[in-house]
Amino acid sequence: MKGLFEDTIAAIATAMSTGGISIIRISGPDSISIADRILVTKSGKHFVGGMASHTVHYGFVTDQDGEIIDEVLTSIFFAPKSYTGETVVEISCHGGIVVSRRILERVLTCGARLAEPGEFSKRAFLNGRIDLSQAEAVMDLITSESDAAAKASVHQLTGLLSRRIGEIREKILYETAHLEAAMDDPEHYDLTGYADAFLPLLNGLLSDIKQMMDSYSAGKLLREGISTVILGQPNTGKSSLLNLLLGQERAIVSDISGTTRDTLEETLSLGDVTLHLIDTAGLRDADDPVEQIGVKRALSAAAEAQLILYVIDSSLPLSDEDVKRISEYPNAFRVVILNKNDLQEAFVYEDAKKIFSDIPVISFSSKTGDGLLQLQELIRDSFYQGAIRDDGNLVITRARHMEALSDAYHSLELVKDAVLAGMPEDLYTVDLMNAYRSLGLIIGEEIEDDLADKIFSEFCMGK
Amino acid sequence: MDDKKYFDVADIDVAVVGAGHAGCEAALACARLGLETVIFTVSVDSIALMPCNPNIGGSSKGHLVRELDALGGEMGKNIDKTFIQSKMLGTSKGPAVHSLRAQADKREYSSAMRKVLESQEHLTIKQAEVCSLLWEDVNNDTCVNSDTVSRKIVTGVVTGTGATYHAKAVVLCTGVYLNARCLTGESITYTGPNGLMAATHLSDSLREMGIELRRFKTGTPARMDGKSIDFSKMVEQPGDERIVPFSFSTDPDSIQKEQVSCWLTYTNEETHQVIRENIHRSPIYAGIIEGVGPRYCPSIEDKVVKFPDRERHQVFLEPEGLYTDEMYVDGMSSSLPEEVQLRMYRTVPGLEHCRIVRNAYAIEYDCISARQLYPSLEFKAVKGLFAGGQFNGSSGYEEAAAQGFVAGVNAAMEILGKDPLILTRDESYIGVLIDDLVTKDNKEPYRMMTSRAEYRLLLRQDNADLRLRKYGYRIGLVSREILDATEEMDRQIHEEMDRLRSISLGANAKVQDLLEQLGTTSLKTAATLADLLCRPELHYDDLAVFDPDRPTLSNRVKEQVEIEIKYEGYIARQKKQVEQFRKMENRKIPADLDFDEVPSLRIEARSKLKEYHPISIGQASRISGVTPADVSVLLIYLERRS
Repeated sequence: MKGLFEDTIAAIATAMSTGGISIIRISGPDSISIADRILVTKSGKHFVGGMASHTVHYGFVTDQDGEIIDEVLTSIFFAPKSYTGETVVEISCHGGIVVSRRILERVLTCGARLAEPGEFSKRAFLNGRIDLSQAEAVMDLITSESDAAAKASVHQLTGLLSRRIGEIREKILYETAHLEAAMDDPEHYDLTGYADAFLPLLNGLLSDIKQMMDSYSAGKLLREGISTVILGQPNTGKSSLLNLLLGQERAIVSDISGTTRDTLEETLSLGDVTLHLIDTAGLRDADDPVEQIGVKRALSAAAEAQLILYVIDSSLPLSDEDVKRISEYPNAFRVVILNKNDLQEAFVYEDAKKIFSDIPVISFSSKTGDGLLQLQELIRDSFYQGAIRDDGNLVITRARHMEALSDAYHSLELVKDAVLAGMPEDLYTVDLMNAYRSLGLIIGEEIEDDLADKIFSEFCMGK
Repeated sequence: MDDKKYFDVADIDVAVVGAGHAGCEAALACARLGLETVIFTVSVDSIALMPCNPNIGGSSKGHLVRELDALGGEMGKNIDKTFIQSKMLGTSKGPAVHSLRAQADKREYSSAMRKVLESQEHLTIKQAEVCSLLWEDVNNDTCVNSDTVSRKIVTGVVTGTGATYHAKAVVLCTGVYLNARCLTGESITYTGPNGLMAATHLSDSLREMGIELRRFKTGTPARMDGKSIDFSKMVEQPGDERIVPFSFSTDPDSIQKEQVSCWLTYTNEETHQVIRENIHRSPIYAGIIEGVGPRYCPSIEDKVVKFPDRERHQVFLEPEGLYTDEMYVDGMSSSLPEEVQLRMYRTVPGLEHCRIVRNAYAIEYDCISARQLYPSLEFKAVKGLFAGGQFNGSSGYEEAAAQGFVAGVNAAMEILGKDPLILTRDESYIGVLIDDLVTKDNKEPYRMMTSRAEYRLLLRQDNADLRLRKYGYRIGLVSREILDATEEMDRQIHEEMDRLRSISLGANAKVQDLLEQLGTTSLKTAATLADLLCRPELHYDDLAVFDPDRPTLSNRVKEQVEIEIKYEGYIARQKKQVEQFRKMENRKIPADLDFDEVPSLRIEARSKLKEYHPISIGQASRISGVTPADVSVLLIYLERRS
């Protein structure tokens, strides 16, 4: 039986935030041949081609040079008895972003196309594998999304993205309104010299959008890790925290203030999230010139950081200096760590929560390890919810968003072409409105024309 | 009322109430479709009266007139017969913004239209005030939505003298006459425009039927005695050298004639001072006027208040006709007291010694929110009752005529058992006009504007016949012959575009030389004639030197070819936008859909949807208070239902 779709799609079907095992799902007419190309037995033989439906096989995924990427289990489902109703191959690999991404990339280079968010479910629906009564749930999902949008600030990811997109859209709308006002009331809205004033604004919009697009293609945070700085007064236990996170003695730990004179750099993995850690010299006005250099480095590292772990010795009274210092890095995601909770606390957790209000506070002991798990979870959750971000820039993670941004960018380029070619101003609005609409699709201010697409883009990638 | 007063006059098909620009188009459309039609007016002398500006067309309004003409309306033909100056506006801008405007001889315009009405078969003109409508309740079991009042059916009209006309349909085109009052400062008269009799009874009858009325206001400037104006202090505004007709049926050569001029002058600080000092005496600012006025056709008082930093505003002196010296003072409508008006006008250069023939005044009147209408302009609650023109909350002659036409046509379509004429936003300004009126919550008289048409690059005044002749033919107001000619023109346009795309020029010395002579840059590689036409500085006729074997084509075909090629990319992208739009428009919402049954709708959205009962998802998405998320919910619900 010929399926509805001729292309084969693939994606990581498990959520990125869970460790353990990841599943790469391939669906479509070419799933078997693609899987056969990349999977081999221990002795290097291709085996998928001859296997029956609903069977599981042990094997290895190889890269284009035949090098092994990972040891995996492969499940095979022939059409129509599969999740999507198409022939499906699922590769279960060892979790972790790097490995699962490499396998996915390999699948994509062998002829599959990256699935859009919800595309597996969309195919399942269109192939009659899930019925529309399940759309009830989706309907609620969409409604709750719109409520969330109304309270955008609650959800930082939605909030930030909406705000950025909203700002750009507002500028586009303002210019469009001006152009249209000039069309209807040329007496009061004059366009003389407008093109010259408009061009820099247009360039600004293009670069704003470009920046967001770059964050997607670079996948900077995923690749390089979150730049993390541990700050705090001398001898509050910063190096101990670093060692605890690393699980080994790396920094010199002593009770003598100023022991850590230089910045130490380490990379560590918290499940899928990579932290690029910079331990820093204690923050104090040191007389020792060597130590001064360390302090300077610490401060400049902190200014660039995406995550700041600010360590406070809770056995000593809270200093104004700490409060002030933390407030100096509003762009980073900050966590206050009340270290030494194994000692007599000079102030309690609840007081600290009040003082630091919107900054998360964790009661901690680098000696007993109390609070470590909580800290790790906080960092991971914040990353996946987008609260930790790259220099205050958004990271675009969804293909749908990327596509819309790229459409908007293209439209604004066309506006720029029109300006440079000396086209009549009223023609600008065609592409300005296209850009406006594309951006609106990201934040749900425009209605998507295809119902099924709309429903299933609300699903998570690969679900 | 005493039953004995009533007497039956006739059984007719359609009664049109009002003989302004809307009423004339409605009545002509019905009569031309063979329906027995009576048009009622409070004064036969005020048929197609232009009580305000002495011109037809202008930015975006010119588009309406051309569209109306393409569909088989009369306004374009009538202004072609009676104009005294013509000008294509916006020619320095893109083709979407070009708009035709003609100064009319007001008396000629009115009497020419009257002649058309008088000579129209099946059409009777009757001078009488329609005071009430006749209707019956109908048990409509298809009506599920509990919020919809049970539907009525209109059966006729009764005049002030008790004459009863039984009719299958009634078209209300009452303009600004319902309970009208005119205000000049503190002085109020209970009349329609120009001192004509107001219609004071019909409002009550409409309310009785459950129709909600509202109050709008508009205004007009003073008319000056031309002999008292010093035109030497003004800038002459002549007409175009080559006159373009409004109607696609008018031969351009037949209307080239001597034209009269308009004159441009400006207000100044002194003018604004007089206004500011007396603003409290303006009925609007004094709170005497309760009606809401048009933001986009503001009085001079409004302009001074709205643009406090402006040192001056444009004022155009426009002749009211060849029969009179009266000049219309465009840009200075006002409702200030006469004494203030005189001082105000006399501050304007050229008007220092002006004598006012007719005072400026504001007029307030009953009208409806057109949300009570379907896009066919039929009342949702009253079968057979249609409405068009200023009564629907619009402003302007052209807006009125366009709606009157659609209302009349649809009254006829209903009687004839045919599909209604519903034009959409992507194919006409008329579609935009009516969709905005019936969908949006218009808080002031609605004026057509270029910016309201999202797809204006496709809805140009130059291609209205190519867009709409087919509908005119479908409803029966355009002949097969005319449609064939339009289709033939369309074919020629595409053939010529293909031809220009297929002829390639090499970058040789001869070509480069000719390009230099045409003042454009030389070729780097070979290019087609179409490529060259994309250059802003080159026009179709310029390319003749490269194209000795070109076919002989009409000016209209050449114009279309040039526009379609020059703006090809933009047109293609706008067409894509239209595709998106159509997908939404084509998702119809069943008339019997009960919005209470749709789960997950927000309360505000639910109540708005129940109130408007949109016909499509597209229309639903344009209702204020209905968010994209609500529309998605609705989409999913409809999908499930089917």
